[in-house]
Amino acid sequence: MGLLSDPNRRRALINLLTRLNAPICALCYFAGVCWFMGLAFEPFTLRTYMSENAMGSTMVEERFPSGERALATGKEFAAHKKKVGGMPVDWLVKTMQARGLEVFTQSFSRTLPFPDENKERYIVKGTNVYGILRAPRAPRTEALVLSAPCSPGDNNNQAVGLLLGLAHYFRSQVFWAKDIIFLVNEHDLIGMQAWLESYHHTNTTGMDWSPLQGRGGSIQAALSLELSSDVITSLDIILEGLNGQLPNLDLANLFYAFCQKIGVLCTIQGRLQRNDWDSVSGYSHAVQTMMLMVMKQASGRPWGDHGLFLRYHIEAATIKGINSFRQYKTDVTTVGRLLEGMFRKLNNLLERLHQSYFFYLMPSLSHFVSIGYYMPAFGLLAVILLLRALDLWVQLVSPPAVAVDGVGDVAQSSPGVLSVLTPLVISHLTGAALYILPTRFQEIAVEHFPVSETEAVVLTVIAVYTAGLALPHNTHRLLSGEGTEQGWRVLKLVAVLYLAVLLGCTALINFSLGFILALTLVPVAAFVTPHVPKTLSAVVLVILSPAFTLLFSVFFFQELEEMPVSFQDGWLLYLSVISQGILDHHLYGSLVYPLIALMVYPCWLLFWNILFWK
Amino acid sequence: MSVESTAMAFSTITGSVSLVLSDAPVAILYHFPVNQAHDGVLRTLDFICDTVDTSSASKPGKGKRKSSLKSHGNHSYFLSGGESFLVKMVAPLSLLLIVAVTIRAALYRSSLAELIAERVEVVSPITAWKRVIEGLALLDLGVSPYSGDVFHETPLIIYLFHFLVDYAEITFMLADVITAVALYMAVKDFNKQVFRKQKFSVEAERYPADCLELIRSPTEMFYIPLKVAMFYLLNPFTILSCVAKSTCGLNNAVLSLFILTTIKGNVLLSAIFLCLATYQSIYPLTLCAPAMLYLMQHQYVPVNPRRAAFWWFLVQYLFMYLGSLFVIVCLSFFLLGSWDFLPSVYGFILSVPDLTPNIGLFWYFFAEMFEHFRLFFLCVFQINVFFYTVPLCIKLKDQPVFLMFMQLAVISIFKSYPTVGDTALYLAFLPVWSHLHRCECLLHTWVRSGSTGSTGNIFLVSCVLLACSALFPVLWHLWIYAGSANSNFYYAITLLFNVAQILLVSDYFYAFLRREHHLTAGLYLKKKDGSEATLVLK
Repeated sequence: MGLLSDPNRRRALINLLTRLNAPICALCYFAGVCWFMGLAFEPFTLRTYMSENAMGSTMVEERFPSGERALATGKEFAAHKKKVGGMPVDWLVKTMQARGLEVFTQSFSRTLPFPDENKERYIVKGTNVYGILRAPRAPRTEALVLSAPCSPGDNNNQAVGLLLGLAHYFRSQVFWAKDIIFLVNEHDLIGMQAWLESYHHTNTTGMDWSPLQGRGGSIQAALSLELSSDVITSLDIILEGLNGQLPNLDLANLFYAFCQKIGVLCTIQGRLQRNDWDSVSGYSHAVQTMMLMVMKQASGRPWGDHGLFLRYHIEAATIKGINSFRQYKTDVTTVGRLLEGMFRKLNNLLERLHQSYFFYLMPSLSHFVSIGYYMPAFGLLAVILLLRALDLWVQLVSPPAVAVDGVGDVAQSSPGVLSVLTPLVISHLTGAALYILPTRFQEIAVEHFPVSETEAVVLTVIAVYTAGLALPHNTHRLLSGEGTEQGWRVLKLVAVLYLAVLLGCTALINFSLGFILALTLVPVAAFVTPHVPKTLSAVVLVILSPAFTLLFSVFFFQELEEMPVSFQDGWLLYLSVISQGILDHHLYGSLVYPLIALMVYPCWLLFWNILFWK
Repeated sequence: MSVESTAMAFSTITGSVSLVLSDAPVAILYHFPVNQAHDGVLRTLDFICDTVDTSSASKPGKGKRKSSLKSHGNHSYFLSGGESFLVKMVAPLSLLLIVAVTIRAALYRSSLAELIAERVEVVSPITAWKRVIEGLALLDLGVSPYSGDVFHETPLIIYLFHFLVDYAEITFMLADVITAVALYMAVKDFNKQVFRKQKFSVEAERYPADCLELIRSPTEMFYIPLKVAMFYLLNPFTILSCVAKSTCGLNNAVLSLFILTTIKGNVLLSAIFLCLATYQSIYPLTLCAPAMLYLMQHQYVPVNPRRAAFWWFLVQYLFMYLGSLFVIVCLSFFLLGSWDFLPSVYGFILSVPDLTPNIGLFWYFFAEMFEHFRLFFLCVFQINVFFYTVPLCIKLKDQPVFLMFMQLAVISIFKSYPTVGDTALYLAFLPVWSHLHRCECLLHTWVRSGSTGSTGNIFLVSCVLLACSALFPVLWHLWIYAGSANSNFYYAITLLFNVAQILLVSDYFYAFLRREHHLTAGLYLKKKDGSEATLVLK
């Protein structure tokens, strides 16, 4: 209480904070960025370790022998797939039944809000096939899932083959205490969504699916397998799920431990880890790996078929076989043994994975950064907003001139609710328009302009976004006359606090998204006033707006993936990313698009509004 | 599990205890010379009776000085009311009511209503509408609604909804409207009294000459009742509470009627409404003290334990209060035909068996606690609510309405199943004390006794309250749905929310005492050696 109630000490503190506001803010920003970059430096990170006792100390022996047979099954599957021209449901049912599983199918259909040009689908109809291996040793209250997608073309045939091979092998073993569900899903995430919704009796996205005829217990963990070649050089683990949710770190630890044990090269973000952390190139490698994770997490989309499991509180990851030009190859038998080992360890679980971290970033597979280490980076950026708010508050509260009569003082400090409320409401209406209009008006747009539906949606987004720039800063004058000096301060105070709360909440749910937004929006919030040079600031403001952040992110991501694109291609990619974002929202309930449209963009418009305050 | 957060909670609570307990929070640092050099009474009257017309309110700093003769005529309407009053105040109030009801009706129709009704911040096990429905179903089946562990509302509520269940939405909207109107009228009356008292004091030259600026003008007080109604009706907390059909809205209505009748000086009705409020949730018991203090002052009974009149009034009031309590409890018994409701309602409130997370301090503590300490800590926690009554009564015995505000705040912070609806009720009173901000600003300008005054904290505190309100659902999502956070995260926010509330209330308390002190002692405090003195809360 001392600091808060002793006027002298508080005055000293507040004086210090207001006088040195700008340098402190700059320092905080710099420190925040440095902190974040420092996270990838190996001495600052923690080594991963297995927290879950049930998986750590027990020994399992992997004996999966029949890799060759699995490949043969895979080829058979490929042939049937080609013959049917899609999912060979009958063949799969027959094969699974032959392996002694309880087999069920589920059909689903879904019309996308607008055609998905990347995957060339609009009206999606499909069937999921799954077989349940009932646990012989325990009441069937818990289950594990192994899934492989039935992809178009020649992809993932080996994965389905291995899945069937493992099913056959697992059937002959007696120690399973959990049901194991072998799932082959069609149309990747859409099929997965249908299956999961049906399994849990929910329907969040308005999809049509037939109810499941057979169920196992509550699902404890799930692995999704992607394998497109007979031999592989390394295995990659994909963790990022819907809305940036990550599985428990123990799942990644388990994968890493088995790769070490069996001697398979393992990667995260497709990058091997290096031991030369003290060299510049080693550090930059770690930074790039971490940045890839940050970008993927920030996108909020599921990066593998596992991504939708996380929503149901099921720890899940995708394991992907990579075949590159490396000399040393691993055969499918070894991959089978690895999966067998992982499943047996998961089978030993007594409760859901919960011991280890849920919030982490990984600069390499053997090191991680936990929430306690990365949050300060965001905190330092958020502090800037609070400092600016404090500064504004002090300016607002301390009377500008000595007001002899109290009445004048009161009226001065309240510049009218309307002048603050009007921009606030208009910005949010613009945001709502950005959210609603694109999908609603695609038919009209297609009728009147020579564009496809997808282009119509994306171009409407861009049009509404741009129109928003012209709208709000003219409207406040219509309603409440001239804006006052106090007026913009109040508006800015509101906007800064709004941004702080918004970014804070975002960073808690999806740190990466919160951090990237903070990185661009905090400087805007800090410097904008009506008195800075208009043209220059307007340019800066636009460059730091959410849309440009996305554009830069696209290019940056391509750089990190080592697939740099020209500006032309980048622009096309940018458009497709926007359409993907909207699709993700409508198909799987990703929150990034509504967050940007309904909250972040209106908040940015408030700052735009302040810049043009008259 | 986190020992730190437990310790933190303790320090918070004990901190607040010491805060209120240190009985004379204003340590007067030294004597103050009487500064007669200021202008005299003429300016005072001129200032107080400043015109109320809107032109002066909207265009500050112009034409402030008017002749006191003219302004007398104007300010009479503030006291008595009339044609212009109707136009000026009733119209905005009805507009406000219409807006508020529209918002609520729209939300009832939207899909959000279902979501809101599930939020633990908005409904508690006592006030949840779902449970009331369950109780009604049991009642209709001829089973005692208290069998099982679902229903914990009072028998009167269930019989009320026995008839009104089809009109539940209207009932809850009506309850909010009643609360707002009652608060409006109460505050209007209270302001009139404050103003009258101030006028007499000024005329009797009771205030030191240099604190004229601390005196309140009718212009600034004119819109306060409307602001109070607005703070209540448009507060998101109230709206959420109403949309969730939390019976907390009814409790608030009863409490506000109690406040209204008390301020109007009606002893019997005041006792009856207080008894109803107590019957609903026990804790309003502590409001007995401010009510009695107020009514005594209203009836010119000396607040002095050595006088017979004091005791006679006390006995009278308590008789009415306890008598009506007795009648209501018996009525419940006859309605229900059993005493089931006593353990199920009051036992439930006092022994806190339901540890569903909420915005209060109880659930985490008692979920963590070893069973054999439970009773002890239960007493400690429950005493918290009742404990502050005595010191606050002593300190604020001349300002019973402020005392009432403090008590409401204390109840809503420390009660066993708090919801945001409870918070909304005392937040509605904040505009009544808005002059404290101005007073702090003035002190800052002239006396330089603190950069932004103690209400400077209010900025910080409101930021924290705002952030907490946003973080509650986020952390709940992370804990319950995503499974990635845990209860510690949620409780940390609960704790922060409560600390912020405590700071808010204690800031107002401090600012209030400070203003009172300056009004008696003058604005310029000097130490013995002649340097400027400051007031410190210790």
